[in-house]
Amino acid sequence: MLRDVAIVGVGQTAFGEHWDRSFRDLFVTAGVRALEDAGVGGDEIDAMYGGNMSAGQFINQEHVAALIADYAGLASERVPATRVEAADASGGLAFRQSVLDVASGASDVVVASGVEKMTDLGSDETNDALAGSADREWEVFGGGNVAALYALMARTHMDRYGTTRRELSQVAVKNHENAAKNEYAQYQNEISAELVESTPYVSEPLRAFDCSPASDGAAAVVVVPAEEATEYVEDPVYVEATEQASDSLTVHDRRDVTTLDATKKAAERAYDESGVTPGDVDLAEIHDSYTVAEILAVEDLGFTEKGNGGEFVAEGRASVDGETPTNPSGGLKACGHPLGATGVRQIADATRQLRGEAGTQVEDASVAVTQNVGGTGGTAVVNVLSDRRSS
Amino acid sequence: MTAPRFWRNIEQRYRLVGTECKTCNTAYFPPRNLCPDCRRDGDVVEKEFSGEGEVVSATVVHDAVGDYESETPYTLAIVELDGGARLTTQIVDDGREEGVEQGDRVEACFRRVSDQGDEGIVQYGTRFKPV
Repeated sequence: MLRDVAIVGVGQTAFGEHWDRSFRDLFVTAGVRALEDAGVGGDEIDAMYGGNMSAGQFINQEHVAALIADYAGLASERVPATRVEAADASGGLAFRQSVLDVASGASDVVVASGVEKMTDLGSDETNDALAGSADREWEVFGGGNVAALYALMARTHMDRYGTTRRELSQVAVKNHENAAKNEYAQYQNEISAELVESTPYVSEPLRAFDCSPASDGAAAVVVVPAEEATEYVEDPVYVEATEQASDSLTVHDRRDVTTLDATKKAAERAYDESGVTPGDVDLAEIHDSYTVAEILAVEDLGFTEKGNGGEFVAEGRASVDGETPTNPSGGLKACGHPLGATGVRQIADATRQLRGEAGTQVEDASVAVTQNVGGTGGTAVVNVLSDRRSS
Repeated sequence: MTAPRFWRNIEQRYRLVGTECKTCNTAYFPPRNLCPDCRRDGDVVEKEFSGEGEVVSATVVHDAVGDYESETPYTLAIVELDGGARLTTQIVDDGREEGVEQGDRVEACFRRVSDQGDEGIVQYGTRFKPV
């Protein structure tokens, strides 16, 4: 990057079903918390990026970046506000665009936010909006939807590598356990594998508790040049790499049904840029929109070899005291998954870990990875964060 | 689904017409104007598939989107067509107790897919059934 970038403030709303709160209430709450955390005033902000997948379908509202700027009190400062969209990787992209804006020298103080208000719609309409992240004409017309497409990946992973139904359940069990101490999580209750396996099928082999829920929520972070970061806070978190990659929108056109090449490539680039290896990673916030997605992610991020992801989780190697803890926040499964907010929420959670102030804290956490996926894997964003500034 | 969008895709929905890049011998369905591997060096021509193929992966869908909800549970599969391209399709006439699995042979058939209520567009399309 042209100049190094640091995170100096994070904030979010609780994720969940906020029947009494509007889209604008959510992002204002998250934004104000992030600015307070950074000690930054509205008049210091040079630009903002907002991740949002589908306000058009969920609340019939487009042009949401201007709306965010307006209600955040930044329109009167004439701050440029840009919405970015890549399905449920929108938040990851908003963060990446914010970092690149500062890295380029164009801006000094940038707010990355993500927001989604999903629960104004019923589950049929919500699932239909979600299906827009897949290929509407050639996957959805064929009878597919996002859960069914992940089920096809799961089925092949089980057939080819011997991944078991119980290993899928262990992902949900671990993430609920981690979320029990996360005050912002939608589900702070522990669950058993037997409970996961007693819930109805969504698409075989995936059951209801293999899926992340529909949620309302917002998250925001403030980024500044690394050089100046300690002028804002004592404990900035440094962005060592922010990378993004694309793959075919359809699962059927992928090189391999059980690999997210977008994740793999973004991770390769991020490890290369940061000089960090998978073995150096102390924790990862990853995109478990479905339990199988976490199994694929621990493989594609290089924490274990292809085919071994189920065992990796079931043996406790991804648990909070394991070799590479994944989703110590509770992940999408237990935190909730307000689509456009998730990628920014991951950055907020990784930052809290590196500051040593997370609910379920990973001991001596120094290097964190976040992985945010759009739909079934057409887009992936991978970031490497550190509590120390390299070079 | 609007009428123009429906009509635009009608040829591929009624016949399995895709494309093939003569430079790298890769087949695609639906058709692509540009070969994603060869790009400007590609030589893209029309290709009609025989309609037979093999199941790559299959699931039984219990929770579906839109018009398909009334058809649950149904089998959904990724099928690799003989000749190379892959697509995502419902599998019909598969005797749901047995279903299909990876490696099973399937063939295309023509089906009424949805009707969007009393006054909506009746959509037809290609589905697959076990051979």
